[in-house]
Amino acid sequence: MIHTFKFDNRFFAYDVFSSSLMEVDEATHNVIDLYSKGHNEQSIHERLDARFDVQAVNEILFEIEELKKSGSFDSEINYASCEPSTDFHIKALCLHIAHDCNLRCKYCFASTGAFGGKRELMSEAVGLKALDLLFANSGKTKNLEVDFFGGEPMMNFDVVKAIVRHGRELEKKYNKHVNFTMTTNCYDISEEAMEYLNEEMHNIVISLDGREDKHNFMRPTAEKTGSHSVILENAKKFVKMRGDKSHYIRGTFTKHNLDFSEDVKYLHSQGFKQISVEPVVADEKLSYAITEDDLPQIFSEYEKLAKWYIKERAKGRWLNFFHFFVDLETGPCVTKRLSGCGAGCEYLAVAPSGEIYPCHQFAGQEDFLLGNLNDGITNMDIRSSFASNQVSSKDDCRNCWAQMFCGGGCSANAYNFNGTIAKPHLLECEMQRKRLECALAIYALEHMTDKKI
Amino acid sequence: MFIMKHIKVIKSNCLKTDGGCGECQSSCQSACKTSCTVGNQECASETSKTNDTYL
Repeated sequence: MIHTFKFDNRFFAYDVFSSSLMEVDEATHNVIDLYSKGHNEQSIHERLDARFDVQAVNEILFEIEELKKSGSFDSEINYASCEPSTDFHIKALCLHIAHDCNLRCKYCFASTGAFGGKRELMSEAVGLKALDLLFANSGKTKNLEVDFFGGEPMMNFDVVKAIVRHGRELEKKYNKHVNFTMTTNCYDISEEAMEYLNEEMHNIVISLDGREDKHNFMRPTAEKTGSHSVILENAKKFVKMRGDKSHYIRGTFTKHNLDFSEDVKYLHSQGFKQISVEPVVADEKLSYAITEDDLPQIFSEYEKLAKWYIKERAKGRWLNFFHFFVDLETGPCVTKRLSGCGAGCEYLAVAPSGEIYPCHQFAGQEDFLLGNLNDGITNMDIRSSFASNQVSSKDDCRNCWAQMFCGGGCSANAYNFNGTIAKPHLLECEMQRKRLECALAIYALEHMTDKKI
Repeated sequence: MFIMKHIKVIKSNCLKTDGGCGECQSSCQSACKTSCTVGNQECASETSKTNDTYL
């Protein structure tokens, strides 16, 4: 399978199953387009000879044949040989350390922190037990992950510290390594806490949407005041203290700021270099939800952002935009790519009550309750349904050129929009494909030996 | 050596078909939490060659 696309008046081709990236001329773009639709040599000539030089079309067809011989054009895949293990070991936990929050974000999928239930904090006993479950069921996996999530995790900081202490003990006992991470709104956080988190957290995700009015509109405090100025200053201090250690400033864009490239630029102007600004996921009936009608503007905005991004980096004003990052050489193996996010299998979420769910987005949904910390995972039917929900099992994915990048999409989004985890949320797919075209074009333009940026 | 006039190969045959060790980061533990983005994760076995974070 091969995909061609245009970016900034240049043409590119990407071979899906060999992960080969090429820049092509306009004639080649047209030849590949027809080739991928099943046209033979004669049919391609019939359609293109009036537009392009006949000799050029012959040369292109010859070049394609040479690339096919090297396995980097129209390559194939044997899905069966890339099936992930289904031994149901656990690798990563999302700990809902606080089902409460000091903000009242309008787009919060966690119902402003409570996940549709009561506002509560995870007890130390539940947290330690969750870690025991992780280590005891981690199989041969050496590198484990625990994300402190909420609500706002800093509302339960003492329990976070107790869990980390316990994790360090378990590392020695099991000879394993655990990467702790935290997603925080950074609203109420002391310098002392920043020091601690910079020492113990492998990655920090700080929620900050960008421009002040956009952020304050969607992310007011519980007292209905703006949270931007406090969070911005805290985030600046936190990131400065953190230095090169892994982190992201993570924003959300909605229908109210479809010009989100301005938010990325704003965040960069404030000194942040690791940025992720992502589309809101919300019911179409909500005023801020992104709908199909918004796609042309969003596509245009991603292109605009990508062009600016390339120039900034070329000028030495480096930044990393999460969705524009692809590394074709050191990226994940095909097994990882096909198995996706691991929700319900190697990745689980634990609620303050000790209930276990396939991931953070399913927390509180009774139909997806897998079990609890006392009894373990008892609902193996649901776990099996996630295990078999691979890229290769979904028609929408098997026929999509982006299948090696998105892992088949988010199961929670699929369920919330289509009533089944087996059918991807196509609006999400459209945006994902556009971002990937931009990411591949950026990669190509930055890796050309004769680059002219 | 055959030189192509119309197709400029930037990277070829990059897909790692071996692997499956399961040591790499879970995608939702990175930044997203609402979108599944696997392709931009790093391979832990590659990372371990230059970084002692991983065992």
